[in-house]
Amino acid sequence: MADLRELYQEVILEHSKTPRNYRALAEANHKAEGYNPLCGDHFTVYLDVEEDGKIRDIAFQGSGCAISKASASMMTQSIKGKSREEAEQLFDRFHKLVTGQLHANGDQPDLGKLSVFAGVSEFPMRVKCATLAWHTLRAALEGKLETASTE
Amino acid sequence: MNAAANTYPQVQTAGKPAGFDVFKIREDFPILRQKVHGKPLVYLDNAATAQKPQAVIDAISSYYTSSNANIHRGVHALSEIATESYEHARAKLQRFINAAEAGEIVFVRGTTEGINLVAQTYGRANIGAGDEVVISALEHHSNIVPWQILCQQQGARLRVIPVNDRGELLLDEFEKLLGPKTRLVAIAHVSNALGTIVPLQKVVEIAHHRNLPVLVDGAQAVPHIAVDVRALDCDFYVFSGHKIYGPTGIGALYGKRALLEAMPPYQGGGDMISSVTFEKTLYNKLPYKFEAGTPDISGVIGFGAAIDYVTNVGLDRIAAHEHELLVYATEALSSIPELRIIGTAKSKAAVISFVLGDIHAHDVGTVLDQEGIAIRTGHHCAQPLMQRFGVEATARASFAMYNTREEVDALVEGIQKVREVLA
Repeated sequence: MADLRELYQEVILEHSKTPRNYRALAEANHKAEGYNPLCGDHFTVYLDVEEDGKIRDIAFQGSGCAISKASASMMTQSIKGKSREEAEQLFDRFHKLVTGQLHANGDQPDLGKLSVFAGVSEFPMRVKCATLAWHTLRAALEGKLETASTE
Repeated sequence: MNAAANTYPQVQTAGKPAGFDVFKIREDFPILRQKVHGKPLVYLDNAATAQKPQAVIDAISSYYTSSNANIHRGVHALSEIATESYEHARAKLQRFINAAEAGEIVFVRGTTEGINLVAQTYGRANIGAGDEVVISALEHHSNIVPWQILCQQQGARLRVIPVNDRGELLLDEFEKLLGPKTRLVAIAHVSNALGTIVPLQKVVEIAHHRNLPVLVDGAQAVPHIAVDVRALDCDFYVFSGHKIYGPTGIGALYGKRALLEAMPPYQGGGDMISSVTFEKTLYNKLPYKFEAGTPDISGVIGFGAAIDYVTNVGLDRIAAHEHELLVYATEALSSIPELRIIGTAKSKAAVISFVLGDIHAHDVGTVLDQEGIAIRTGHHCAQPLMQRFGVEATARASFAMYNTREEVDALVEGIQKVREVLA
């Protein structure tokens, strides 16, 4: 049960039940859909990106498990106001976190609240859940119109 | 839909089947002795694949230890033994489904390949532009996509028999779908996602009344129901070894001789020919016409051993035991708050698909896994069916001959844990 509490942290459960920035964004100039064909999780990420690359606003909609939904919700909070490059770097660090590649370094101050997803690394089958929204964000930033997929 | 009213499958048998000792059967399956995350393994993912008895493992091991050789080729002793074992397994399969002759049993990689074979041979020869193929809303992707591919190739059209809210086929709608353009009916015997047992006899009668051939996806049926292809009078019947306690990568396609004879070959290569020149090739007789290349010999031998095992236990007794588990589990799960069973057909195999309030099936599966309980979560390769029931995914517990009431109890406790962890 200890392991499960690592995965399903209170913060994660809370975000999955009341996701933040959960709406369609009328002013969006970038948008992408993300899909995990293995479980049917499906998200749309909306971005309002300024000309200098700053992410003015971000929102998402869709359905998925607790991990994927909480990850999407917390991603929107941590991405808002960041530049494209900063968003990419954050995804890179987040990916390392959930795949267990940051453990040796101890705390990851620059990940902030996202550190609660460290428990995912003990559940390799759930890495795709945690990263689906991020893959979708990347697809949206790259201006891709097609569906992003974890496969 | 009123879940409570129609949730319980009808009880067809009372009490335990005579002489059926589930704990003795469990001893035959070495994998069941292990622990997962420190808990005894509770394997309830049998509709995905069943575990293998020692007899099957031994048959495969023994083949490689003492008789490995290629078949239908050598004159040497080992080749003769291997060929005999391979053909002996075919005869077992023939008797198991009561086919008229062994030549009507074609070995394939599994149900999926069997359906693709029929779509690309019978289908391409007999289904043309504007024609229609009828399937049902219950189908696994493996009985949808091969027909979609065929329809795209030939300019044909796919029609789908709808189901009611219990997951039962609407036979009236089926009859209405059949018209002058219909060329084939392809249908599951048992739904992998819901457990619905399709009234096959009736479906075949309706189709044959219009001279339409019927292909049956029997992957989920053969481990649980005694199948007699001649009594059913279906034209093709396809199933996989691994769902009936045999190895993966092997399956069987039954086809009526007249149909198989008239079909072009599927793949070209060795063993499927009787003579080859650069100008012309004469194809081999049935079933070898459809078995190009060196087949999965050990898989076929293991498949035969699995059939022996099931036959020895007795399918009727297996079915009675599983049905008892289904009734017990349906009642136990129905008592859990917010748990909704998807698929409440009156006639059901031992499969229970469910959703648990707002909790996603993946989260259910992860928590249960920590308790040593293996179930399937997701869309079960039946996305259109999930859409029909308005769910993205379900959790599915599916039972086999070696499952026990105690394991059902463990599942119920596990689901209570899911509710605690994700509350």
